[in-house]
Amino acid sequence: MRVALFVTCLIDAFFPEVAKSAVRVLRRHGVEVDVPRTQTCCGQPAYNSGYREEAREVAKQLIRAFDGSACVVTPSGSCAAMVRCEYPRLFADDPEWRPRAEALAAKTYEFSEFLVNVLGVEDPGVTFPARATVHASCHMTRGLGVKDEPLCLLKRVKGLELCPLPYREDCCGFGGTFAVKMAGISAAMADEKIDHIEETEAEVLIGSDMGCLWHLGGRLSRRGKPLRVLHVAQVLDGGRE
Amino acid sequence: MRTSAERSFARRAQQALADSTLRAAVRKAQERFRTGKRNAEAELGHWEAWRRLGEAIRRHTIENLDFYLEQLADNVEKNGGTVVFAATEREAVDYVVQVAREEGARRVVKSKSMVSEELHLNRALEALGVDVVETDLGEYIIQLAGEPPSHIIAPSIHKNRRQIAELFSRVAGEALPDDTPSLTRFARRQLRRAFLEADIGITGCNFAVAETGTIVLVSNEGNARLTTTLPRVHIAIMGAERIVPTWDDLDVMLHLLPRSATGQKITSYVTAISGPRRAQDADGPEAFHLVIVDNGRLDILGTAYQDVLHCIRCGACLNVCPVYRHIGGHAYGSVYSGPIGKVLTPLLGGMDEWHELPHASSLCAACSEACPVRIPLHELLIEHRTEQVTRGTRPWAERWAFRLYRWVVTRPALYRRAVRWARRLLAPLADGEGKVRVQIGPLKGWTAQRDLPLPARQSFLDWWEEEGRKEAARQHEPRTEGEGRDGERSA
Repeated sequence: MRVALFVTCLIDAFFPEVAKSAVRVLRRHGVEVDVPRTQTCCGQPAYNSGYREEAREVAKQLIRAFDGSACVVTPSGSCAAMVRCEYPRLFADDPEWRPRAEALAAKTYEFSEFLVNVLGVEDPGVTFPARATVHASCHMTRGLGVKDEPLCLLKRVKGLELCPLPYREDCCGFGGTFAVKMAGISAAMADEKIDHIEETEAEVLIGSDMGCLWHLGGRLSRRGKPLRVLHVAQVLDGGRE
Repeated sequence: MRTSAERSFARRAQQALADSTLRAAVRKAQERFRTGKRNAEAELGHWEAWRRLGEAIRRHTIENLDFYLEQLADNVEKNGGTVVFAATEREAVDYVVQVAREEGARRVVKSKSMVSEELHLNRALEALGVDVVETDLGEYIIQLAGEPPSHIIAPSIHKNRRQIAELFSRVAGEALPDDTPSLTRFARRQLRRAFLEADIGITGCNFAVAETGTIVLVSNEGNARLTTTLPRVHIAIMGAERIVPTWDDLDVMLHLLPRSATGQKITSYVTAISGPRRAQDADGPEAFHLVIVDNGRLDILGTAYQDVLHCIRCGACLNVCPVYRHIGGHAYGSVYSGPIGKVLTPLLGGMDEWHELPHASSLCAACSEACPVRIPLHELLIEHRTEQVTRGTRPWAERWAFRLYRWVVTRPALYRRAVRWARRLLAPLADGEGKVRVQIGPLKGWTAQRDLPLPARQSFLDWWEEEGRKEAARQHEPRTEGEGRDGERSA
C-alpha cells in the first residue's frame, strides 16, 4: 500500500521528528510513503479566523498537491478535521472545486485512525517503558469523531503504563489564533489541563495534535515543569525524538 | 443588553481571571451541572435520537414562526388574555409600565426571566416608584447585590455561601449563619411577604404552546407558581421564538430542558397557564397579559444564524464551556453569556458593539456537542468572524497577516524558504535552551504566557528531499561503477 503523508506546516517547521517517526511507523507496517513536495498548510488558521477567501486559496493548493495520491495520512487530528469536515463546505457553491475537495476529504485519514481502521493494526509491536497520559484534542474527537484509535494502539505498547487523564474531553486552550488573541484565558485553560496531567503522575504527555502539544509544552516549559511531550507517532516509534 | 460599565472584554476577562473566589464557585457549579446532565442523558437513553427530535421540532417551529405566533396569539385571546407584540425593547417596557400604572401597582413580584433582563425591565418599573422583588432565590441574591445574572439558569452561580450570608445579613440587620437551611429560611420569609403584598406578578415563559395558547413555566422553587396565582395581574414576557406547536412537542422539550439544564428528570414544578382565572377557578389572576418580544429576533430569520433561534435557554453550553469556566458570566458583559451569548449578543445588540465576543472561543465545540437541540454554536462563531472579515472591520495588521499568509503558503517554494528564514529570524531571540521568551511585537501574544521553541534546524520537507537525493545517489553508485552507463544518464 502506498500513502501520501500530509506533514502539516507546524510539524514541518517545528516538529519534523514527528513526521519522521510517522514515516518509520508506516513503513514498519508495510506502507510505502510518499511526500508530495508542493504541500504547505491546510488553511485552518485562515478559516477559523473568518478569512474564508484566503482559506479557499490555501485549500486549493493542498488539493492540487495531493491530486495524484490515492490515500492521504496526516499526523494531526485538527488538520485532518479541517480537510474532511470543512473542505466540502468551503467549496459547497463551487462546481469546479467541490468534487475535488470532496475527493480529498474522502481519502484523508488521521494517523492513528489510518493505522487502526484502514491497516487494521492491532499490535504496534513496539516497546516504550514509561508512565504516560493521553491528551485528546477537540478537533480530532469532536470534529473528526476519532476518539479511541490512539488508545487502541497505545494500550498495546509494551512497557507503557497509561494513566487516565481526568476531564480528558476538556479543551487545552490552544485553539489556533485564540492562544494569541486571548492569551490569558488560553493560559488559564492550559494550567487547568496541566494540573489534571500532574494528578496522573505521568512522566510523558502523549497527543495527536502538535498544536495542543506546542501550546501545552510551551506552558509547561514556562512553568518549569519537566514533562516529556510526545506525539503518538513518536511513541509508536519507540519514543524517538 | 450591556451589563457592565467596563467596555473592553479583554479587561473584564482579565479581572475575572484574577478572581479566585469567582473561578472556584463557577468551576464547582459547572461541575455539578455537567455531571448531572451526563447522568441524566444516560438514564434516559437514546440521547442522540432525542436531540435530533428536539432539533426537528425547533427547526419546524422557527421555519413556520409566523403561523405559530398568530395561532398562539389567537388562542391566548380566546382564553381571555391580552396579547401584545413588542417589536423593540422600548415597546415591551412601555407596555409593562403602562399596565403597572393602570393597575396602580406598588409592588411587583417576578419569577426568573432572562428576557426581562434583556429589557432591563426592573429599572423602568423602579423609576415609576414600583417596588420590584425577584423571587427566584438566585435572582433575589443578585438583586440584593445589584448585579446582573451570570448564568442563564443559575444567575448567582458566581457567589459562594459566605458571600450570600453577607448579603442577607445586610437585609436582616443582623449576622446570619452561612448554612444553607438558615439562608433559605430567611429568603423564604422575606419573599413570602412580597408575594402576599404584590399587585402584579411578572414571569418569563419557557415554552408557549401554540395549539392551546398556554404558557409553560419550568421551575424548582415554587416561586413561579406563587407569582402567577397570588397577584391580581399576571404579565408573562416571552421571546418571540419560544413557541412549541403542540403538547406532544412540549413533551419532547420537557424531556430535553431539565436534563440539559440541571441534570434533573423533571423540575419540581411545571406550571401551565392558559389565560386568567375563569369563573370556576379557585385562584389565579384577574388579568393575564402576554408580551411577545421581538427585539431583533425576527431579523435573524433567513440568515446564516437562524439556528440560534432554536435555543431553549437550558444553559448546557455554559456548563461545558472552558472559557466560561475561567471567566464566569459577567466577563461577557452582556445579559446572555457563554457560547450562546457569544453567538446571540452580536445579533441582538449589534456587531460593532460586541465584536470581541465571537473571538473568545477556542472553537473546541463542547458547546455544540452539549446543545440539546444541536445548534452548531462553534460554527456560528466562525460565521460571525467571517462576517467581520467580509465587512472589513478586523484590524489592519490581522488583515495583512492573512494576506501575507496566503501569499506565502500558496507558493510552495516560497513557503519552504519562509520556514528556513523563520529560524534565522528567531534564533537571535532565543536563550541558551533554544527557547524564545522575549515578549516583543507579534510574538508577545504567545510568549507572554508560554515559551516558544525555535523552528527546527531543518524542516521535514527539506530533510525528505535530502534523504531522497542520498537515496538516489546510493542507488546510482554501484551501477555507475559496474556498468559504466549511468554517467551518460545523469549528465
